[in-house]
Amino acid sequence: MEIVYVYTKKRAEFGRQCNFTDRSAELHVDILPDPSLAENFIERNPVDSGIQCVQEMSEHEVNTERFETGSRGINHTEGGWPKDINPQEVEQVTRFRKKVEKDELYVNTIQQLGTVMEHCIKQNNAIDIYEEYFDNIQLSNVEESPSAKTINVFRDPNEIKRTATHISWFPDGPRKLAVAYCNLEFQGSSPDTSMDSYIWDVENPNKPEMTLKPVSPLVCVEYNPKDSHVLLGGCYNGQIAYWDVRKGSQPVEMSPIEHSHRDPAYKAIWIQSKTGTECFSASSDGQVLWWDIRKMGEPTEKLILDPTKKQDMTKALGAMSLEYEPTMPTKFMVGSEQGSIMSCNRKAKTPGEKIVAVYPGHLGPVYSLQRNPFFPKNFLSVGDWKARIWSEDIRESSIMWTKQYQSYLTDGCWSPIRPSVFFISKMDGTLDVWDMIFKQNDPTLSLQVCDEPLHSLRVQEHGRLVACGSHTGTTTLLELSDSLYTLQRNEKNLVTAMFERETRREKILDARHREMKIKERAKSSADGDKKEEEEGEAALEEEDIYVKAETEFWSIINQEKKNMEKKKDADMDKADLGKQSPIPEDQEQEAQEKEPEKK
Amino acid sequence: MSEVEETLKRIQSHKGVIGVIIVNTEGIPIRTTLDNSTTVQYSGLIHQLSAKAKSVVRDIDPQNDLTFLRIRSKKNEIMIAPGCEYLLIVIQDDRGK
Repeated sequence: MEIVYVYTKKRAEFGRQCNFTDRSAELHVDILPDPSLAENFIERNPVDSGIQCVQEMSEHEVNTERFETGSRGINHTEGGWPKDINPQEVEQVTRFRKKVEKDELYVNTIQQLGTVMEHCIKQNNAIDIYEEYFDNIQLSNVEESPSAKTINVFRDPNEIKRTATHISWFPDGPRKLAVAYCNLEFQGSSPDTSMDSYIWDVENPNKPEMTLKPVSPLVCVEYNPKDSHVLLGGCYNGQIAYWDVRKGSQPVEMSPIEHSHRDPAYKAIWIQSKTGTECFSASSDGQVLWWDIRKMGEPTEKLILDPTKKQDMTKALGAMSLEYEPTMPTKFMVGSEQGSIMSCNRKAKTPGEKIVAVYPGHLGPVYSLQRNPFFPKNFLSVGDWKARIWSEDIRESSIMWTKQYQSYLTDGCWSPIRPSVFFISKMDGTLDVWDMIFKQNDPTLSLQVCDEPLHSLRVQEHGRLVACGSHTGTTTLLELSDSLYTLQRNEKNLVTAMFERETRREKILDARHREMKIKERAKSSADGDKKEEEEGEAALEEEDIYVKAETEFWSIINQEKKNMEKKKDADMDKADLGKQSPIPEDQEQEAQEKEPEKK
Repeated sequence: MSEVEETLKRIQSHKGVIGVIIVNTEGIPIRTTLDNSTTVQYSGLIHQLSAKAKSVVRDIDPQNDLTFLRIRSKKNEIMIAPGCEYLLIVIQDDRGK
């Protein structure tokens, strides 16, 4: 069926505007219902129709154009002078100026403009229309939650990946990073493993800016804070080398093997000196060696880390970490493989006296050690499953500690800007940011940086950028949110108060502990007096002590068990770290006590 | 002393005024109270800026014209009075208050 209606129009009327008029309705076509068609109708039941309930996906590819930048220079020179005048010739210039100044138009214009200008100057001096009325109000009260974002990732360019063992920031601004790469597993590196370490430009993750080519892979690398061209490196074979980036990839000089460390030189640090050429290094062979890069032939000084102060190489503790604060140039600290921390003074009279104090430290190697940049009396140590903060005065135990982590800790450091903030890297690939003022029992920010263990960590001196090195050599550059690198109001006072309070608490606990010991001793000796028999008393007493210790031990255990059940709920609410932490601490000590008793 | 000198002296004597420069249409400094390199820099840059500002005002409305240009900055205020042949530039420090 076709319905056609023909409009007819004269050619002359084409494009003319319409002239609508009213007229009565008019039937053009009438289609009557056809019953025969209804007979053919078949109802469809059920009706099948396809439905897609999964979100439809599509794939697209976009190739953005490569963005290349280059540096160009432009030289601006003075111009616009009439052709016959040389602007370099003073005489011509003054003559030209004089001529202009005599011009009537000039005089008129300037006088006219002068009045306008004066009006504005007066206006400015009369009222500051741009005055900031709310200058004193600080907007810092706007609390934003701390965060960090990854800004760049630098991967080890080699086929066989190695661990990024140490990072050093370029001392003059956050532009470059030196990263030491080394496979630390014992005999774990194949002969094909590259030995190079790299200097990266922060902006360019595609290609290292420079390669450092040592003879043995670098375990640590450190920029000279006085001369940013010079880098110090500690090798896996124990040698110390230094580079001058102006002289190429090869080390300028290396320490001779016979005078070097016998184990990997885990840390090497520049010393504050006039020449800026002195440095020292520590290794797990138990030695600390001092060097001057002007004569690398042999170490200028040597210290064996023997805690018994006898300089006995067989009793030396292997060093894993080293601490040096330029503001106290003669002091330094060493964290040992066995977990203890030694505070040393280089300027002691005898080598034995150089070890001033030994702190119990950790249950495993101390991976990191750093004094608080604002309160150098207090230092941070990272090892086993905890990070601890110590006070120099308290040698028995740390004054504060973090919770017991599930995974092993690998590195840590203080924020250079905020005295209460420190960073910890862990085996599970997370970076934790602690703010002691904000929270004591949990990190303020925990960030999954990568899926593999993190190995090293370094904060840039402005406190905004953090670089983390991972097990397979990926260095991630993170940018922290404002609140993590701006000094909070009253922060220094609060931190001072906190350190002092915790030191005092630890002192009181210590005194109490000692008092109890003395009492115990007095009691046991009093018991001994009662016994008439002098002979065999010692043996008896000894036996007595064992029995007593055993019963005491079990009674404590039972009591602790009860207490723990009781305290379980109560502890959940306690937020203060200082109160909460000693409980697992006690258990640890008991566990240690238990072992010798079993024997 | 000429009238121009008098005017300039008066301007110069106002509080906070650091310098006065007069520039011609080519951007050549005619008269200045600042040292040569500063003057050359100011006159070159401000001459271009005021020419641009003038053209903007006139492009928006051909009957309109630029009469004055004030640049507020963190450290000072640069005031530019454009005449038909010359520019009068005054740099005023408003921190002095």
